Amino acid sequence: MKRQRLEESIFRILMIGSTLLVVGSLVLILGTVVFRGLPALTLDMIVQTPKGGYYLGKEGGILNAIVGSLYLATGGTLLALLASLPIAFYLQLYANRSRLAEATRLTLDVLWGVPSIVYGAFGFIIMLWLGMRASLLGGIIALAFLELPILVRAMDEAIAMVPAALKEASYALGATRLETALKIVLRQTGPALLTAILLAFGRGIGDAASVLFTAGYTDRLPDSLLGPAASLPLAVFFQLGTPFPAVQQRAYASALVLTLIVLALCLASRWLSKRLAKNVIR
Amino acid sequence: MQDILAPLARPAHQPEGGRVSLGLSRQAKELLASRVMRSLTIAVLLVLPLIMAALYVRARPILQVIPLKDLLFSTVWHPLKGAFGFYPFIMGTLWVTGVGMVLAIPPSLLTAIFLAEYAPPPVRSLAKPLIELLAGIPSVVYGVWGMLTVVPFVQGTAAPTLNRWLGFIPLFRSDNPTGYGILAGGVVLAVMVFPIVIAVAEDVIRAVPQGLREASLALGATRWQMVKTVLLRRAWPGVMAAIVLGFSRAFGETMAVLMVVGNVPQVPHSIFDAAYPLTALIANNYGEMMSVPLYDAALLGAALILLLIVLGFNLFSRLVLMRLIRSD
Repeated sequence: MKRQRLEESIFRILMIGSTLLVVGSLVLILGTVVFRGLPALTLDMIVQTPKGGYYLGKEGGILNAIVGSLYLATGGTLLALLASLPIAFYLQLYANRSRLAEATRLTLDVLWGVPSIVYGAFGFIIMLWLGMRASLLGGIIALAFLELPILVRAMDEAIAMVPAALKEASYALGATRLETALKIVLRQTGPALLTAILLAFGRGIGDAASVLFTAGYTDRLPDSLLGPAASLPLAVFFQLGTPFPAVQQRAYASALVLTLIVLALCLASRWLSKRLAKNVIR
Repeated sequence: MQDILAPLARPAHQPEGGRVSLGLSRQAKELLASRVMRSLTIAVLLVLPLIMAALYVRARPILQVIPLKDLLFSTVWHPLKGAFGFYPFIMGTLWVTGVGMVLAIPPSLLTAIFLAEYAPPPVRSLAKPLIELLAGIPSVVYGVWGMLTVVPFVQGTAAPTLNRWLGFIPLFRSDNPTGYGILAGGVVLAVMVFPIVIAVAEDVIRAVPQGLREASLALGATRWQMVKTVLLRRAWPGVMAAIVLGFSRAFGETMAVLMVVGNVPQVPHSIFDAAYPLTALIANNYGEMMSVPLYDAALLGAALILLLIVLGFNLFSRLVLMRLIRSD
């Protein structure tokens, strides 16, 4: 009995230690980025594009990357949403538990694990075939592929939570499946869908490997779908690669900007899903 | 299509309530929507074969020149001389991922058990969102953290200490004074994998029926004994799935690893050696790949290798799990 008590307390200590380790690493990461990034973060950095000699430590900012990233992630998320909402509806309302649905879910699970650089390479090949150059559109397409499995899986799970009685009531009133999907299911799962969208947006804005091949990089603001676009993760990466401490400082500040955007997205999704939850019938 | 839809077309004088309509009856809309949704769903099934085919077509030139065996097992990497041996890079990927998973699995599982079984509700509702936050941090930020915190720690503390006490084991021998290497990459990957494994494993453990817990506790088991003998035995296929998920993420991670792993094309022998994973190879050299013959084929071939390994691991683990669940 004594040995069992000992084992119990050893594992309890290990478990609490592990939890502290995990939460502590979050604190450490955020702390590192804030303390190293904040001193270099000026207003100029977020409202100006890079001027001549920016990468040697002269003046300018990363507005090109901030705007580019927002365009890329917004475009990618919209494109992925356009495809994923119908797919999720189909999986749940039309083909639930059919062989097609199961095969699709398996494929989506596998796609979820496909490295983002593979999506980047795939996007690059598509662009070669179409004769496109590195461009905003190319980046958006690669990001849409990356975000699609995240969105569909999250929506699929959200729609599965809709009470059967609700759907049956709608069918019993003579509504078609499409009407039920758009008028009942969409409203009922709104908060969860919004969370999924923001999650996918966060993944999109933070991903560097897929836009590396496809979106290119430019010091100017993106002005056309077919022109190149800068992105924040690549801005961090390129500035770190320079040998000048002043520019590396700016890389830390850029990383801080990126982190703040992602944190804001997380908080917004929590807040919104709570606010919208009152429209949901339980 | 015309014939199928014809009987469904709306009669001319059906009241529409002032709504703009596409000139289709409700049933026709339903039919049309279901066709569109079905086609999109089938398109998803085609994405994976399409990616593989595209990568294969682009990688074929190099497969025609260099036999597959040489590509996979040659250690010579000299694109300008036409020598493309992937072995050091494949090894680099496996080492970094392996070290990352070894570091990630024990704390993740212990945390998952703690949150599912031990933590009081306030602790749980505080810790869960924080861990979710960890999942949202972009990989490049992990890379910055790795460069600023993990690399100096490996250089200043971990490498000298382990080298002094355990240096007689080749695995822990350190002759790399920079700190950039497999251990740094592994630590960064481990932290990136934490939230994924924890989230899935916790769900799986919580899903074990309450009655099983009570039965075990009623027989006089301590809580940990109950966890060890009942929960883990019941939940372990799900726990394995969580680990596979984490592995996939770690395996394909590019930016964070690239920034801390040293990027030296060599076959590593110790956790302190620098390595050069496949993902880093692709990301570092995409710029010049179109100007050296066969280079683009080699890099896209590397992407194909990456995809095939992830795919193989996923399917293999799924098959093994299905067989195990069935035999239980």
